[in-house]
Amino acid sequence: MNAQTGAAARELSYAEAIREAMDIALATDERVVLMGEDIGVYGGAFQVTGNLVEKYGTDRVIDTPISELGGAGVAVGAAMTGLRPIFEFQFSDFATLAMEQIVNQAAKVRYMLGGAVSVPVVMRFPAGSGTGAAAQHSQSLEAWFGHVPGLKVVQPATPEDAKGLLLAALDDPDPVMIFEHKILYKMKGMVPEGHYTTPIGKAAVRREGTDLTIVSTSIMMHKALDAAQTLAEEGIDPEVIDLRTVRPMDRDTVLASVRKTGRLICVYEGVKTLGIGAEVSAMVAESDAFDFLDAPIIRLGGAESPIPYNPELEKAVVPQVPDILEAARSLAKGMI
Amino acid sequence: MPDQEASGNSPYAVRTYEPARLIEALRKMHLIRRFEEGAEDSYMRGLIHGTMHLSIGQEASAVAACMSLTDDDKITSTHRGHGHCIAKGADLGRMFAEFFGKETGYCRGRGGSMHIADVDKGNLGANGIVGGGIPIAVGAALSAKRLGTGAVTVCFFGDGANNEGAFHEALNMAAVWTLPVIFVCENNKYGMSTSTERSTAVKNIAERAGAYSMPGETVDGNDFSAVCQAIDAAVKRARDGKGPSLIENLTYRWRGHSKSDRNRYRTKEEISDWQAKDPIVRMSRMLKDHGIIDDAGLAKIERDVAQTIEEAIAFAAGSPSPKIDEATRYVYTDEAAA
Repeated sequence: MNAQTGAAARELSYAEAIREAMDIALATDERVVLMGEDIGVYGGAFQVTGNLVEKYGTDRVIDTPISELGGAGVAVGAAMTGLRPIFEFQFSDFATLAMEQIVNQAAKVRYMLGGAVSVPVVMRFPAGSGTGAAAQHSQSLEAWFGHVPGLKVVQPATPEDAKGLLLAALDDPDPVMIFEHKILYKMKGMVPEGHYTTPIGKAAVRREGTDLTIVSTSIMMHKALDAAQTLAEEGIDPEVIDLRTVRPMDRDTVLASVRKTGRLICVYEGVKTLGIGAEVSAMVAESDAFDFLDAPIIRLGGAESPIPYNPELEKAVVPQVPDILEAARSLAKGMI
Repeated sequence: MPDQEASGNSPYAVRTYEPARLIEALRKMHLIRRFEEGAEDSYMRGLIHGTMHLSIGQEASAVAACMSLTDDDKITSTHRGHGHCIAKGADLGRMFAEFFGKETGYCRGRGGSMHIADVDKGNLGANGIVGGGIPIAVGAALSAKRLGTGAVTVCFFGDGANNEGAFHEALNMAAVWTLPVIFVCENNKYGMSTSTERSTAVKNIAERAGAYSMPGETVDGNDFSAVCQAIDAAVKRARDGKGPSLIENLTYRWRGHSKSDRNRYRTKEEISDWQAKDPIVRMSRMLKDHGIIDDAGLAKIERDVAQTIEEAIAFAAGSPSPKIDEATRYVYTDEAAA
């Protein structure tokens, strides 16, 4: 049983959880359509849509041409006029081709029209490195989208949240961008049955602790939990926060934790400079939580580099468990 | 293309539409011109800031393209979109109020000239990005088809947009999915300063239709009846489930691209040649020649329109501005998310 929802839970992969959310949406809401490249008989580049086309047909699971800009724009126009499209980018990198429709149109239409229309579009972005796909198929661009008022940006780290955030996005009247980490697609976890939502804008405390706060996003949450286990054995008790939503960011959960622990590490896969860590750090620095800091804040982000092909180099340019351990130990110096 | 009147037959629009509707169409063309002249004058007097893109000289295209549409049918418009908005039935007071940045404007003063919309009448909005509205129009057509509303979408854009990727991607998708959308290119010969001869590999933009297996037709965009005939056929085709069409209306903007234009890329002679093809004069003549209106009727339209404009400007001038502390309102539906 799931404590939150009371629904029975069973183990699903992250990809299966997303598919189940889309299945529920397609079954219960005629307005929902899926759009994207090779999401039909192929099942999606990462097999996320799987066999949904067999169940719902090609009118609702729509293979688009390789036209990211046009496809995203069609999804925006459809959302403005009564449909609830879920648009899958094959790789988040390809969103660069569609930035016009996402940034100038989807994000701004409601404001530009003084609230006369809303754009309830959901876009899904397979993101992140670790697949050997090199620089144009491995980026973590969520911070770009987080910089745009009008968009909501989420990064589920668990199968349960992958389903719950997608269903929450479909309930949301505004455009929601979902960044899914490709390495997580095969990760298994307990997922409640039926319809439930994970609130957008709410972080989750994945491990309670008293000595330092690790704010993490997406796959980095799992690395932070791994590190926390080692740290606990060393007598350091970290609190691990899964940010879950990049925009709007859950200020209360982060600040409350920093007030408690007095130490902060922010770990994320996107390029470190001008990234999520900068925002989390500034949020703390601009608040009363700053007075509780006993040590400088540490940001662990991606290197100032494209993602390389060579597997050892690829690992080297994004934070790994040893990086988190080293940062945590340096912050804890003098504490134990 | 000769005027249809010259052929001796009664023009398509006269054969097709009731006299009252044709008189209303002429009134709308006057409204567009006087609205834009009023906007220009208000700009000169400092009542409107920013910039604007005037469509004076292109009125037949906007009004004729909307003749067979209902309020359920959608349009997407462009940065040069005042005419489309009026053609689709907008209230001029709320339009002027938007230009004046007032809370009573169509966008509550947040959008201005370049984003003016009238969703209740099916106008999904002007667009500040060249070609930005084209995929959105295809999305609206996808909605209509999926939801079975029977509505069509008329997608306005200029000649400049035909070289944007969005145009090609959107036309292709509309064709492969057989969607009820009519692409209406208002070819006024220049994308800002660059002529179609210098920017576009095909002679007529309607030829682009061939690449997407849809009908394409180039018409005299200053001939109200010719535009009606082409668009109405495309609307019928869309409603019958036969898919999209591309109509190219050849026309001309009398004014510069925007307020900063010094007209260095075209000659005075070219401008005056096109002013001689004034679509309002031609429409008036057609209605007179067919006994639909007389000189007194024409004078009455001009008087009524002048009064409407005067009242609309007074409404805008007297309307309240948005509250400063609401500058970030309407970003999200749930205002707590901002």
